[in-house]
Amino acid sequence: MNLQIVMLLGQDGITNGAIYALLALSILLVFTVTRILLIPQGEFVAFAALTMAAMQGGTPVRLGWLLLALAAAALVMDSHAAWRRDGRIAVRRGPALGVAYAAGLTALTTLVPLAEAGVALQALVTMALIVPLGLALYRVFYQPIAAAHPLVLLIVSIAVHVVLVGVGLLMFGPEGARTEPFSDGGLRLGMVMLNSQTIWVVAVSLALILGLYLFFERSLYGKALRAAAVNRLGAELVGISPELAGKASFALAALIGSLSGILIAPITTIYYDSGFIISLKGFVGAIIGGLASYPVAALGALLIGQAESFSTFWASSYKEVIVFTLILPVLVWRSLSHHGAEDEE
Amino acid sequence: MIAKKLAVSLLFGAFAVGAALPADAQVKVGVVTSSTGPIALVGIPQKNSVPLLPATVGGQTVQYITLDDGSDPTATVAAFKKLITEEKVDAIIGPSGSPNAMGVIQFAAESGVPMLAPVGTAAVVLPMTEQKKWVFKTTQNDDLIAEALLEHMAKAGIKSVGFIGTADPYGDNWQKVFGEGAAKRGIKLLASERFQRQDTSLTAQGLKILSASPDAVLIAAPGSSSVLPQTTLFDQGYRGKIYQTHGAALPDFLKLGGKKVEGTILAASLMLVLDQVPDSHPSKKIASDYVAAYEKQNGSKPATFGANVYDAGLLLERAIPVALKGGEPGSAAFRTALRDALEQVKELPATQGVYNLTAADHSGFDERGRELITVSGGKWTLVK
Repeated sequence: MNLQIVMLLGQDGITNGAIYALLALSILLVFTVTRILLIPQGEFVAFAALTMAAMQGGTPVRLGWLLLALAAAALVMDSHAAWRRDGRIAVRRGPALGVAYAAGLTALTTLVPLAEAGVALQALVTMALIVPLGLALYRVFYQPIAAAHPLVLLIVSIAVHVVLVGVGLLMFGPEGARTEPFSDGGLRLGMVMLNSQTIWVVAVSLALILGLYLFFERSLYGKALRAAAVNRLGAELVGISPELAGKASFALAALIGSLSGILIAPITTIYYDSGFIISLKGFVGAIIGGLASYPVAALGALLIGQAESFSTFWASSYKEVIVFTLILPVLVWRSLSHHGAEDEE
Repeated sequence: MIAKKLAVSLLFGAFAVGAALPADAQVKVGVVTSSTGPIALVGIPQKNSVPLLPATVGGQTVQYITLDDGSDPTATVAAFKKLITEEKVDAIIGPSGSPNAMGVIQFAAESGVPMLAPVGTAAVVLPMTEQKKWVFKTTQNDDLIAEALLEHMAKAGIKSVGFIGTADPYGDNWQKVFGEGAAKRGIKLLASERFQRQDTSLTAQGLKILSASPDAVLIAAPGSSSVLPQTTLFDQGYRGKIYQTHGAALPDFLKLGGKKVEGTILAASLMLVLDQVPDSHPSKKIASDYVAAYEKQNGSKPATFGANVYDAGLLLERAIPVALKGGEPGSAAFRTALRDALEQVKELPATQGVYNLTAADHSGFDERGRELITVSGGKWTLVK
């Protein structure tokens, strides 16, 4: 073990840690706003990576169909709600537009060959698919039970995760995929070669974190989301729609998830079920932040990345054991320092 | 009201299914695959191969009952019990995964149902025990493949080697088999690293191997997880020889690896290099026919895993006519006769090689079941 190895391992840990940090932030965001533990967060990552790979490989992109099905389900649910309320079926513009959007995007991804479109355009199309997917998931699965007990929401989350993994197998097949790197080469820093993808990951993560900070501190919508997170009833009283807050947090989570997927896809082979283990590490980061503090969660996720990298070097067979055991002292410390005042809602 | 309607339609449905079953189905074969879950990449080509299995054998119709275990060993046990007690099958092909197979051997043996396992680990048939007498394995044993690789290493003058394997029974067994073989030939095993299929980075394992600087590296991982260790080593600047096991023998290996897997050496069945093996090879025609039939049905070339199930069908095709002399299908006598007949199979050419089963060897491959293959110009090429 010399300095160069330490540097390389550290670089690896930072790359993974940055991805985990992004996921920790979005899990935290969704949890504070909606009390939903977003277990399907990982699916956004895997689906984005595999959709990119499918476009580049020239294989059919099937994600549009899932979006279309969910949008159609949302339309039916909305009409049904209108019928229950007013006694007549009415089609509102929002869900109808959603179906039209999904149909248009499905047509685009199935008919237009995107293999030669360039990474930027492919990434854009991928995000255009995944972000509405987050919205639709919230509308179809969570909105009808938004007021339920957090445990019920957790159970629904697990169910949605399991279903999405199965759908992922259908859409993408069992084999893993990888995408082209954004750019070749790298940057020589002293004696260590910085991988270009590492620079991309760190730069995009930092930009996203800064963007989120500005969004929550400066914009009206961001402040509304924060208000909904701090006090749901109070936010509702001052005119913040919990529905909008839920949808916005899911759309943000899907955006962050899809970006993480696009960033990580050139580094590693992603399988249809890879998302879970990646987001689980983000989740550990969020737990270290007590599911409340954004900076601590991000730092926790970075720590997980480093711990993973170095524990793999010393004992590769026990890597996951070491990483997930890290959560124990954190939980013990938190329970000791918080004298049992955790409310169960 | 709705419940009643549902019940009526279910009843009709059941009748329709009952009527659709062939009335003269006499030999029943259960198939358990993992067509969903983490090892679906193994299970899907296996499930797709079931329609290609022989439909009539020795004048008897063969009925195949396919179940999915979702890659979960507990579900495999449930599927086996269902097939044995409810369907009263005469033989079972499956399951897809090594841990799944280890868990069901006792149930197959207790009820006396021959089990043809298309799994990687030799532990299902070795060492031979009273229970494993009921298990037959339609893949090459790891030591057969390892022997070919070690021979090539010795010839190439390789003195030291590093090992990267998956943290599962596949990697475990390869480390054991390869380690023993290497010690015999005086090849030093300098570093031994493990990883998980879903790992996002293998930098640490790669560094560990690099700092040991062996002459060659062996990567033992099933399916496309075999690619990442090799591309990582390439990116880190390792330029020694890289060896892969038959786990890497699938088209996706080339697609995912690209230029970085050029020059890889691996030993596997002839399926990857069908057009390059001489016509005199006993398996060439059978394997080509299987690949053509599979491609016609599914629109894609099968991975080797599917051929392992197909071979199980060929073994049954050879053994059932013999076993029919021993008893009626569906009886314990028939199943015992079937087991005995399977053990007597000699010189049966199949897609993977030639089977010569004995009481001690329930896998039965010889050197005709492996070819040394390299990647050259982005294509699988037979090492001459």
